[in-house]
Amino acid sequence: MTVRVGVVVFPGSNRDIDAVNALRVAGAEPEILWHETTDLAGVAGILLPGGFAYGDYLRAGVIARFSPVMRAVADFAARGGPVLGICNGFQVLAEARLVTGALLRNRGLRFVCREVTLLPEHMDTPFTREIGERRPLRMPVAHGEGCYYADEATLDELERDGGVLWRYANADGSVAGPEDQGNPNGSLRGIAGVRNAAGNVAGLMPHPETAVEAILGSDDGLGIIRSLVVSSAEWASTGSIAGTRPMAEAGR
Amino acid sequence: MSDSTRAYRFAVNVTPKPGILDPQGKAVERSLPHLGIAGVTGVRVGRRVEMAVEAADGAAARAVVDRLAGELLSNPLVEQFAVEPLGETVEAAPTGAASPGVASTGAGARG
Repeated sequence: MTVRVGVVVFPGSNRDIDAVNALRVAGAEPEILWHETTDLAGVAGILLPGGFAYGDYLRAGVIARFSPVMRAVADFAARGGPVLGICNGFQVLAEARLVTGALLRNRGLRFVCREVTLLPEHMDTPFTREIGERRPLRMPVAHGEGCYYADEATLDELERDGGVLWRYANADGSVAGPEDQGNPNGSLRGIAGVRNAAGNVAGLMPHPETAVEAILGSDDGLGIIRSLVVSSAEWASTGSIAGTRPMAEAGR
Repeated sequence: MSDSTRAYRFAVNVTPKPGILDPQGKAVERSLPHLGIAGVTGVRVGRRVEMAVEAADGAAARAVVDRLAGELLSNPLVEQFAVEPLGETVEAAPTGAASPGVASTGAGARG
């Protein structure tokens, strides 16, 4: 049976159709979930897509955080279900405190839309397991508020606990610091995506869902989407995912 | 006063916490030489949100604003907020008698 993965649609989401396409390419059956529902229709995983939920009013992601569907998503995450937020979806997860940190205005103040190079870390997580060999991944970013920020102690803790899953890289393969050309937004320590301490919720600013077929310019994102699908299937059949632990134990 | 609604007006000023990079503030600072202005530093750009809160008294209204400011209007990871009382507005109940329609008190109150 095909695994069903929910794509949450807020007013202002605009990458939901890309997410639906990517999930199909990755072998899942996508299920659209409207922001006003609290019924997740029995899906085995959740993808929060990109866009400008609620017009990004006040702060990107904050109004979406209080929508009915996010209460259900928080419950789903607390039960150990896999949740991936992409771009605006990452901002929503950060505002909801389901992952650590904040996404600030890009250091250069401009909306940045271009291809970046990502370096994945920890290749055995629910969101990286299907990437294969560790290698640089090419995919686009498109955002105005993507500068990852957390205080130094939190950053140290994230790195120590394996919470950083993707970093921006320079052309020579080195990690792109806040001022480097490979870093599109000034993110601290080059962080492009993180996961929570329990391990089952992750977010990233770049768009793996628009890099899933060669005809789109890159299929480097497919491994990330496939990881979500495989983890969803695992959660649906066993009630847990390898490499994660209960939130109560993890503290988050 | 039992048949009137009391509303208390507030502004919440949200600014980046000290030490948080504020590229908008920096951009404003860098534009100042073009205006021939020198010696202005520490520009921080935030936002101001104004509101009226119906409540039994000023303290109850203030408690609502403090909660709203901390949970919604600001992100405590990166922003700080300051609540500024703007005064009290008393409106007669719709069925109201001869009391004045709107009376305002407080220094900051505006129509």
